[in-house]
Amino acid sequence: MTPLLEFRNVTKIYTKGLLSRAATTALDDVSLKIEDDRPTILTVAGESGSGKTTLAMLLLGFIPPTQGKILYKGKDIARLQGEDRITFRKEVQAVFQDPFAVFNPFYTVDHLLTVPIEKFRLARNKSEARDKMDEALSAVGLRPEDVLGRFPHQLSGGQRQRINVARALLLKPRVLVADEPVSMVDASLRATILESLRKLNREYGISIIYITHDLTTAYHVASSIIVLYRGSVMEAGDIERVIRDPQHPYTRLLIDSIPWPDINRKWGQTEIVAREQEHGSVETGCKFASRCPFVMDKCRQAPPPLYQVADKQAASCYLYDQQPALARERLSEVLPA
Amino acid sequence: MTQPSPVLRVIDLQVSYYTEAGRALALDHASLELYPGEKLGMVGESGCGKSTMALAMMRMIKPPGRIEGGQVFVGDTELTALPEEQMRKARLSLISYIPQGAMNSLNPVLRIETQMRDAIKEHKPEMSDAEVQERIYSALESVELRRSVARMYPHELSGGMKQRVCIAIGISLSPKVIIADEPTSALDVVTQRQVMETLDRVQRQIGSAVILIGHDMGLMAQFVDKVAVMYAGKFTEISPVRDMFTDPMHPYARALIESLPTLDNKGVFKGIPGLAPSLIRRPSGCAFHPRCAHAMEVCRTVTPTLERLPNGRLVSCHLYDHQGSPVNAERRTAG
Repeated sequence: MTPLLEFRNVTKIYTKGLLSRAATTALDDVSLKIEDDRPTILTVAGESGSGKTTLAMLLLGFIPPTQGKILYKGKDIARLQGEDRITFRKEVQAVFQDPFAVFNPFYTVDHLLTVPIEKFRLARNKSEARDKMDEALSAVGLRPEDVLGRFPHQLSGGQRQRINVARALLLKPRVLVADEPVSMVDASLRATILESLRKLNREYGISIIYITHDLTTAYHVASSIIVLYRGSVMEAGDIERVIRDPQHPYTRLLIDSIPWPDINRKWGQTEIVAREQEHGSVETGCKFASRCPFVMDKCRQAPPPLYQVADKQAASCYLYDQQPALARERLSEVLPA
Repeated sequence: MTQPSPVLRVIDLQVSYYTEAGRALALDHASLELYPGEKLGMVGESGCGKSTMALAMMRMIKPPGRIEGGQVFVGDTELTALPEEQMRKARLSLISYIPQGAMNSLNPVLRIETQMRDAIKEHKPEMSDAEVQERIYSALESVELRRSVARMYPHELSGGMKQRVCIAIGISLSPKVIIADEPTSALDVVTQRQVMETLDRVQRQIGSAVILIGHDMGLMAQFVDKVAVMYAGKFTEISPVRDMFTDPMHPYARALIESLPTLDNKGVFKGIPGLAPSLIRRPSGCAFHPRCAHAMEVCRTVTPTLERLPNGRLVSCHLYDHQGSPVNAERRTAG
């Protein structure tokens, strides 16, 4: 069966100018599948510069991959035309980080909802449009009479972000890309937004790509996770396994550094090797080698393949070379829906 | 024999912003005491007055904001009574401020050492160049940066390094009080931990008190000794960190703690219903009563005061009597 969405060996390299030879590999040979019949919430996690936003931009078709292909319902999104292109634009939606920047301050928030209704001809008349808006707003836990007719500055960040989710929902998408949707929202309001995302997944069957550096919230909404470090997949699998029993030294460091709001769970057992040391390192082996406490000679020679460390968990690390290797193309096999 | 005296005393500090829509009371009779070496976390939703409190202690409130009353003491020095010129000297040497978003607070066209030298020279004009240079190196080394960083420009540094440079500047004159306003909000978890560990170690070395402002309760649990929860310009509860996380007393503090995702409550989402109140038209009585599940009649009319309970915790809520025992609702409404 054709997957809903597929990354086929996607690599994205940013070059600086025409003459400079300096290039940054923002995403390095990533393959990924989202199945049509199994709506999932997949977390893409990593620190700044790990390539997670590049992945979102590629997926939304905002930038073309340098190598590889991105397919939507079996068709290359770079070549979509006519009806297919409109379908793709409608069915793949996004919610971005900043709930302030996406609103035009001169319009009431209704504008954000009426424009997609008009553009995609979702309603035949005003009352039908209003019904659709009410339905979408209610689905994210907002009362339409509280928010419609208001200006963006009259609403809280949490309300605005939920309106963004409602806007995406109006279009009945199949895939929602949420790029750090709660990082600029107060902690007390995060829960409500995450709750509405999960509802979208469960009740409307929408697959969500949740992009974040916050593993605490990721753990709570997602079913699977991909951990990126400087463009490469370090570890992937069932989120329950990866968070509770991380295998890759980088994931371990990451998880050990989460400040859990739990007084009995102290952070910081693993020592941090300073990040400055990266500069000037030759990029032949594992990208984490210069910071890795377990680094071996071969780590610097060639990048490690993915090893399947458990049924639903794979790590790209030579520490697990006793385990069967997992081809990069088969990454999705360790990601439960 | 005697208890050590507090290094910071804030008494009834009050700040208002005069906007076109009216007067916004951003800080309403806020009082606070901090002892040497103590680490206090100040938490609350956006707009609750945390940053205003920090700026008011530094006397850096700008119009249309105004400090309308109250006193701030660092040791025996009353900051609120100092002439402007002396206040300038007090900043950094007595009390220092590490602002939110370090990336933007460094001057992009000056070398790190130039910026540090400016700050030190301003306060200690009598120091020789060699001494100043030595001070710069030791400050950088105390935040685990190489001496060579001194010669660099901000764009050559990563976010975490820039944040550590800001800490280095903040501690270069060994202030008695350090205020750090969301020092790690733009950093990833690993760098965040590194920066917080640095701040912790440096604070121990110079023995100063730290106020950490933020809304990341996880960071508070890992870093501070005491947590102060703010709501609508007032402190609602100030308790030792362990009490705050295991047995929060104020209903708002409890809602805040319960909204946190931990490893054990996977998939449970508990937001705080309702919205943060407007500071221009604040609710009568206790500002939290419209969102409070335990609101009583008295909460609508009488503003609770921050009471010091026998166990040392400070709580501002009608649900508790002077002993900190829960009062029964009927008696309260009748009285």
